[in-house]
Amino acid sequence: MELLESLLDAWPQLWSGIQITLGLSLGGAALAFAVAVVLGLGAISEVAVLRGISRVVVEFFRGTSLVVQLFWLFFVLPQFGLRMDSMLTGIIALGLNYGAYGAEVVRGSLNAVPKAQWEGTTALSMSWVTKMRRIIWPQAWALMLPGLNNLMVMLVKGTALALLIFLHDLTFVVDNLRRTEGTYFAFGVGFALYYLISLGFSSILRALELRAQRKLGLKPTRAQTTKATAGAVA
Amino acid sequence: MNSFSWDWEAAGEAFPVLLRSFVEITLLLTVVGTIIAAVLGLIWALALRELPTPIAKVLAWVLDVIRMTPLPLQAFFLYYVFVQLDVMTIAYIVLGVHYSTYMAESYRAGIESIRKGQWEAATALSLPKGRTWRAVIIPQALRATLPSLGNWSIAMFKDTPFLIVIGVAEMVTQARRFGANEFTYVEAFTIAGLIFLAASYPTAVLMRRMEKKLAY
Repeated sequence: MELLESLLDAWPQLWSGIQITLGLSLGGAALAFAVAVVLGLGAISEVAVLRGISRVVVEFFRGTSLVVQLFWLFFVLPQFGLRMDSMLTGIIALGLNYGAYGAEVVRGSLNAVPKAQWEGTTALSMSWVTKMRRIIWPQAWALMLPGLNNLMVMLVKGTALALLIFLHDLTFVVDNLRRTEGTYFAFGVGFALYYLISLGFSSILRALELRAQRKLGLKPTRAQTTKATAGAVA
Repeated sequence: MNSFSWDWEAAGEAFPVLLRSFVEITLLLTVVGTIIAAVLGLIWALALRELPTPIAKVLAWVLDVIRMTPLPLQAFFLYYVFVQLDVMTIAYIVLGVHYSTYMAESYRAGIESIRKGQWEAATALSLPKGRTWRAVIIPQALRATLPSLGNWSIAMFKDTPFLIVIGVAEMVTQARRFGANEFTYVEAFTIAGLIFLAASYPTAVLMRRMEKKLAY
């Protein structure tokens, strides 16, 4: 009962932290998805220049570490005269970093669509848009969702860096709560809330995956998922 | 308003400081973290298969919770609970345990990729369980798992700056300090990013090659 009372007391603080964390997660995910699709399609383009640009951008944002990118946007850009608020900075850093990882998942999934499917669209002289929308993308979509799911959880965890750019996210609130409510209570609540948030996003993406599979009669195994994610985040 | 400029002198001062913390702290964290994660991950993967179902289920859930909650929060937690430990030890534990949950999944995938005939042959030869794992399953599973483990290790390497929250003096922490002291962040953070890129990109390419070579 005492526990419940502490929780109720702490709730307004926790809720404001949750809002920041959710805002960063949703904003970051939306941007990351857009970046992933654009760069993923670029990476399999028939135009060599587009392929080259996508490759360089992806490798750059995968390779330079999220924290460096976050600090670069936050501390260096103002020296160019470009000032953004912390929330936007966080969303852009998360979106670019996880978008680059996502591009690898998108590229891999597009490549994993059987060659005969691509050839079939050529044989039927489909336009690029029809080919993607009707044939290739629906199949690749089912293949990419497990990988995107893992990345989504990583992105949620990445939002915990927000306190480094002075945002009062859930991790910040938990660290604050520790002072008044004690370490075990504060962190117990913190772990539980992050777990629920991650699980929530993960379940939504899992539902999308099952839907995509139902439409196709496909079933990728868990083993492929793990391997593909490890390849993307390296 | 101060206009943007790249100061070669500041860059020249920052580079040796950052390179040093990179070698002494960042690489050390990655190596020790990877060893802990690779060993623990294998233990988790074996335990999940061999323990009685209810215990295995609890373990799987605990691993899920660790995998789905942020590294900085875990670092803070250990930092406050084990006040007597120095931050490097906490950093090794946090990185090692966090990534062991990912590596366990990779081991599991590797183990599942072993064809049923291998198990059946081991049974037919009445090999004891320990011997079956040691001499038949693990060596083959490892072949399928290694590139994946390497990739997680690279991911861990790029996550080492997350430990800035508990004040581990890794490269990005040093870059921030340098930037604050010299009133210029651009050189320090750019160099830190380039060092990360220079180390992680070739390794990632190497892993991709290894993956192709080891695939059967």
